[in-house]
Amino acid sequence: MWYDQPFRETGHLTALLRAIRQEATRPIRIMEVCGGQTYALSRYRIEELLPDTVQMIHGPGCPVCVTPAETVDQALAIARLPGTTLCSFGDMIRVPGSEGQSLQHLRTEGYDIRIVYSPLDALDIARENLRRQVVFFAIGFETTTPLYTLLLSRAVAERLKNLSLLTSLFTLPAAIRFLTRDPECHTDALLAAGHVCSITGIDEYRQLARQTRRPIAVTGFEPADLLYGIYRVIQLHTRGEARVVNAYARAVPPQGNEKARRETARFFTPCDARWRGLGTIPGSGLKLRPAYEQYEARNRFHCAVSLHGDTTSCRAGEIMKGKISPRECPLFGRRCTPDTPMGPSMVSAEGACAAFYRYQTT
Amino acid sequence: MNIPDCPLPTQPTDCITLAHGGGGRMTNRLIESVFYPAFANQWLEQAHDGATLPMPHSRLAFTTDSFVVSPLFFPGGNIGDLAVNGTVNDLLCCGATPLYLSAAFILEEGLPLDTLRQVVQAMREAASRAGVSIVTGDTKVVEHGKCDGLYINTSGIGLVPGNIEIGLHRVQKGDAVIVTGPIGNHGVSILSTREGLNFETTIESDTAALTHIVSNLLAGVPDVHMLRDPTRGGLSSTLNEIAEGAGVTITLDEQSLPIEPPVRAACDLLGLDSLYIANEGILLIFLPDEYAEQALHIIRNDPHGKGARLIGHVTDDRRPEVLLELALGQTRVLDMLSGEQLPRIC
Repeated sequence: MWYDQPFRETGHLTALLRAIRQEATRPIRIMEVCGGQTYALSRYRIEELLPDTVQMIHGPGCPVCVTPAETVDQALAIARLPGTTLCSFGDMIRVPGSEGQSLQHLRTEGYDIRIVYSPLDALDIARENLRRQVVFFAIGFETTTPLYTLLLSRAVAERLKNLSLLTSLFTLPAAIRFLTRDPECHTDALLAAGHVCSITGIDEYRQLARQTRRPIAVTGFEPADLLYGIYRVIQLHTRGEARVVNAYARAVPPQGNEKARRETARFFTPCDARWRGLGTIPGSGLKLRPAYEQYEARNRFHCAVSLHGDTTSCRAGEIMKGKISPRECPLFGRRCTPDTPMGPSMVSAEGACAAFYRYQTT
Repeated sequence: MNIPDCPLPTQPTDCITLAHGGGGRMTNRLIESVFYPAFANQWLEQAHDGATLPMPHSRLAFTTDSFVVSPLFFPGGNIGDLAVNGTVNDLLCCGATPLYLSAAFILEEGLPLDTLRQVVQAMREAASRAGVSIVTGDTKVVEHGKCDGLYINTSGIGLVPGNIEIGLHRVQKGDAVIVTGPIGNHGVSILSTREGLNFETTIESDTAALTHIVSNLLAGVPDVHMLRDPTRGGLSSTLNEIAEGAGVTITLDEQSLPIEPPVRAACDLLGLDSLYIANEGILLIFLPDEYAEQALHIIRNDPHGKGARLIGHVTDDRRPEVLLELALGQTRVLDMLSGEQLPRIC
């Protein structure tokens, strides 16, 4: 038996679907918060198995998608500086900045931009290139941030002077609170991101369920995980219970990962953050603490970048609020495809538009 | 007048230097000491710019491919294996019996001669397994930093027997689609080596020349419509090319796709889709459905074909697309890979 087998097994899925159909007697709109959930919903075409009463809304949980255009512009400006090497996760290099140019364009022009799989790869690059400034394009949510603390603690210990982070770090609870308060965003229940909760624990989500008066299920990313989470929130919704259930107990301990949180708090402090497509959300980001500010690439390079609004024609913001589906965006599938992305949610595999395009176009 | 001793150019024996590509003595020495002993045959020994080959009355298949994989060595093979197997498989997909290969090397100054020897040895063994001769070649050396160790181009010639007719034009509604082995092993092997990812089991590249599978298949079933090796872009992209080229709908059954658990786990972990991962040792076969069982039996008798599966059918001839039927009966479109999942995979 392989690890994912029971979670993709037809018999289990059919039983869960039957339970959902019995429970979902009145309409419910469920937002899956995390891009990993969006991807799995699309890939396994789960939405078409759900009864008509259940509608999924694809939330903001893809770090590539919510990193604002001006941050991409800053990365582009830094990459253009002589003597710098910019390291990035693969998806990020295809995201267009406010002028439509991406790091991929710069790479073909010969600028030193490297795709890495782990932030720690930047350590080796920095050690081997002491005369170059190595900048890591540090995007992410609560799950990725602890990796950056590992990078920082090594850089501090080794007194590496040529390594810094261009941070674009987000935390989900404030964004969820913000979205549920938005009168345009009608959600009755939430699926919280299992891997984020494996770090944060579920205490904060207990509070969130009370404050937003919505049931929340913490879920994993296999088809059965998602269906089980959907079933549980429908159940709670029917009973009028606004509380959290942990539907991913095999990975999420209620207390989360204390060490990862401690390290995050050692280097980072909460701040307001701009989310692409959503605007500024108070307390929804992380920035380096004053003691470590010298590791922030923005402080090191002072690249003046003007604040552009989001590209007006890309409607990713409305998609994340559940106002429209990707297909209702006039760019979708026409000017905006995975080959020619106009907005970030068409770039990342976990972006709602890319997931829709790849797995749902017929 | 005292003329200072002019030092003889050093002749390092353990590294490739620019001189090895100069076309002079060093080049010849390299050819004589590395390539000739490895590929020795009467046509190569003509030592001409090209090889003159006997040509019976038949159709020629001719193909070429360049190999730039990084890293050069990976579990299950190296760039040399790929360079031979890749071109041999391309010929096999034309329905040809592969006969002769050329091999052109671009070497980076500083490349250890030992590395080159290992690669050439792998090519020799691969060629011998595939029953082909490497009959002509070329070597160029570029400055350090201008290439990543070594690149290889191989071209291949094969003969297509008169009764064999393989091509997009033959793909038709009702055809069965067979894959000869598990999907994604090569790409995941390269990636895990390159990124130093250690999984509990080593995932090996499946690089292999599938000569025996194809020759036994062509001899054993009355008709085969199409053969393709799903290399870069993976199964999805290759099937899309076929659907597009033949103007047909190909429907796959997701549950019948052979994907080994470690490959699936690695793909899940890295956020990759195994249907878009490059393969080097499997073929896609289209043939009339009534011969599918017979074909599977033949293929599974070969060590490289043990994992062969019937994965789908050509279900329509009106709309060029590839559909995937999921476990609970839902259907989704399998699109072509956009951009690249992984660079420099072969």
